[in-house]
Amino acid sequence: MLNQYGPIVIFAVIAAAFPVALLWLAKFVRPSFKPTPEKVMPYECGITPESDARGRYTVRFYVIAILFVIFDVETVYLYPWAVQYQALGLFGLVEMLVFLGILIIGYIWLWKRGALEWI
Amino acid sequence: MWNAFFHRADYLAIKPEVLLTMFGLAVLLFDFLLEKRDKYLNAVLALIGLGFAAVQLGMFWPLLVGQLPYSGFGGTFTLDTFAVLAKLIIVLATAIVVLLSMKYLEIEGAHLGEYYALLLLSAVGMMFLVSGSDLIVLFIALELMALCEYVLTGFLRVNRKSNEAAVKFFLLGAFSSGLLLYGMSLLYGIGGSTKLSIIAQRLAERPSPDPLSWVAMITLLAGIFFKIAAVPFHQWTPDVYEGAPTSITAFISVAPKVASFAFFIRILIAALWPMRAEWQVLTIGVSIATMTLGNLAAITQTNIKRFFGYSTISHVGYLLLGLVAAADGNREGLTAIVIYLLVYAFMNLGAFSVVIVMRRKDLIGDEIDDLAGLMARAPGLAILMLIFLLSLAGIPPTAGFIGKYFIFLSLIETGHYYLAVLAVVYAVVALYYYFRIVVAMFMKKAPDTVPLATGPGVTVALGVAVAMTLLIGIYPQPFIMMAREAVRPFFS
Repeated sequence: MLNQYGPIVIFAVIAAAFPVALLWLAKFVRPSFKPTPEKVMPYECGITPESDARGRYTVRFYVIAILFVIFDVETVYLYPWAVQYQALGLFGLVEMLVFLGILIIGYIWLWKRGALEWI
Repeated sequence: MWNAFFHRADYLAIKPEVLLTMFGLAVLLFDFLLEKRDKYLNAVLALIGLGFAAVQLGMFWPLLVGQLPYSGFGGTFTLDTFAVLAKLIIVLATAIVVLLSMKYLEIEGAHLGEYYALLLLSAVGMMFLVSGSDLIVLFIALELMALCEYVLTGFLRVNRKSNEAAVKFFLLGAFSSGLLLYGMSLLYGIGGSTKLSIIAQRLAERPSPDPLSWVAMITLLAGIFFKIAAVPFHQWTPDVYEGAPTSITAFISVAPKVASFAFFIRILIAALWPMRAEWQVLTIGVSIATMTLGNLAAITQTNIKRFFGYSTISHVGYLLLGLVAAADGNREGLTAIVIYLLVYAFMNLGAFSVVIVMRRKDLIGDEIDDLAGLMARAPGLAILMLIFLLSLAGIPPTAGFIGKYFIFLSLIETGHYYLAVLAVVYAVVALYYYFRIVVAMFMKKAPDTVPLATGPGVTVALGVAVAMTLLIGIYPQPFIMMAREAVRPFFS
């Protein structure tokens, strides 16, 4: 038991001690930190930030994000099929066409419903 | 050879599901061609699809009677008499809900094709759920069913309660799916496979008592208890039932219950059978708690949809008793559950059909007082409601009696006398609260005489529901034979 888990315990101790030791050592080398308003400001390419980043934005972005995820997943499904195209043959092609067909019906539906319009 | 992976027959076995998917997608597109006043044609198309699926399932039945189950898609999909019967109940229940929805959605001003498409796709999820014999297939089917339900619950977009119910349902549902998935991952860890039969073999080989399989079983069962609304995972039920559109309340009180119970039975018998002593204890505790809370909480409800929420919970308690008997190897226990589910589907949908008729432009019609004086306003409807309520309470000669009779019989055969006594006592309590509605209908004065929102759809739904409720009650023999045949695959 100890033989098997011993190395893991030693590893965990070293892993925990290492960052603590480094932070402690860095205290001796680094210049002392004196905060000023400019230093604590969020970094925005050197320009003074104009407003808070946690603003409210329109819900339409969520619709676009959801649509993106759907077609993203579609691509993820297409990759393994494309790699194994030779092995899967006609069967794979038909299965993939069925899958794409269902997605296309969904696409037509959301187009017609106006989900792609930016009102 | 058609292809290197699956047999051609595999695709024939999922034909009802494929048909329903195609019709669901067709409804989505068909909706764009329709004028506003022709939206009922969506429902007609959905009904045609359900009819095709039902006919196909009816053709499967004689092929499977007395035969070994058909196992397709590399053993991930099982078609046996049990699955076919459960699918038939699901398809019929969905068809009745489609009939109920036509007039109701028009009044709510939400008559859209998506509604019917989601109903059909939810039914597809349920049908895969009752046939799946692989954890991955089961989980995907469960999610397909549940996701459609969440959207349908929030279908009345301008209604606050509907939205609240949908969000509640979604959050709790996602949580319970997480629990279920945790249990499934542990089972996969124990079994080294996602196939139920292999998991059962590995579980049988493990020493007893085994903490790991205990945790796997409890988390898995907690997820399923949520889906079937068993105490202590029932809290979502009254809220969702109250907020959802009434037609959807009817739907989620029946079809997903049938599917989840079929899934529950298959998991317990096909995968967790080596642990039957353990899950029997758990099921006894949960069923007592479920019957107690469901029956006692229903007494004080004034909203009829919440009332039926608690009434559903109490019925789930009775159904779980069948599993207690089944754990002792009693076939009648499972037969009782199948009959009870069949009966419950028709009587509950019938009662909801009457509630749906109460909906008017200015009145939601979901308070028990809204049914007051129904006998004077519409004697036919009042009599029908009386039959459904008698059946829900389990009074002969209605179907509800047959369901309860077999549950009690299986408990007595296996020597669980105290459970049988408790169940009978709660049946008396149930009679009291169901008769609160009867009192309102027959002995109170009607508030007004505005005509009710009947239509051809609701009339057909009521006709089918009452015919089945009385037929199963008066001449149960063929249905008992069917149920016996359906549970045979589990004991051979």
